[in-house]
Amino acid sequence: MTSAAIRPDAWDLPLFVHVAGAMFMVAALVVVLALMAGALRRGAGADVLTRLAFRGLLLGVIPGYVVMRVGAEWIASKEDLGDSNASWIGIGYSTADGGLLLAIVATVLAWRAARRGAAGPGGLGRAVVVLAGVLILAYAVTIWAMATKPD
Amino acid sequence: MSLYEWLLLLHLFAAFALVAGVTAYSVIVFSGADAAQRALAPTAAALWNVGGLGVIVFGVWLALEVEGYELWDGWIVTAIVLWLIAFAAGGPLARSVGDGSAPSEGGRARLLATVMILATVALLLDMIFKPGA
Repeated sequence: MTSAAIRPDAWDLPLFVHVAGAMFMVAALVVVLALMAGALRRGAGADVLTRLAFRGLLLGVIPGYVVMRVGAEWIASKEDLGDSNASWIGIGYSTADGGLLLAIVATVLAWRAARRGAAGPGGLGRAVVVLAGVLILAYAVTIWAMATKPD
Repeated sequence: MSLYEWLLLLHLFAAFALVAGVTAYSVIVFSGADAAQRALAPTAAALWNVGGLGVIVFGVWLALEVEGYELWDGWIVTAIVLWLIAFAAGGPLARSVGDGSAPSEGGRARLLATVMILATVALLLDMIFKPGA
């Protein structure tokens, strides 16, 4: 048996903001991947799917990232972990900051793919699928780090 | 990794999958695009079913494993009720999306999706704030 961890009530709201943002961001990434993969497979509706994937990145992944990152700083300050050298904190910051760059690149590529219209997303769409897949894997590692908190 | 860490990790992965499933169904319903329905329906169903089963199985297992938590604690009972509400809405929505009738149902599909979203957000609030724990 493991004893229940007791968390101060003041940590609940920042933790909620952090986790909710992370969940929304990852969910949007999964949807973007599925939409763009669908756009690559299908002739009819490929332009609609590509536009939706672009909107998913712009209105789902990026805002989710901002909420997750604000929540991360907030809960880190509450827990006094801002200067921590713990590897789980390092993994979180690395994947968050590196992930933002990849998400921005994917958004720009998806925007350019959406401008191709009925021609389909082509190589740009394939690049978005790869970037979304890499980000999902990176965030799976981050979830592991957050859950198990390795030293 | 200890059993507790494994259970927590799998519970979290399932929760992320569940939220991704809700998001996929929301895009299908609120975009109203047939292409989105065709592209997302299998992914949405897989994420919703695997995530939903995972959160309840690993969540109950965690409650049994962790000293200080009981299945009849108020916040755990609340979570189970919210899970049932989410799935009571998600079942019909998944069927209508699966057989392609969701766009013609319009308002009903949007209502079911809204109930799924609200129940899932309430579940997350309940898990973090643990009222009464």
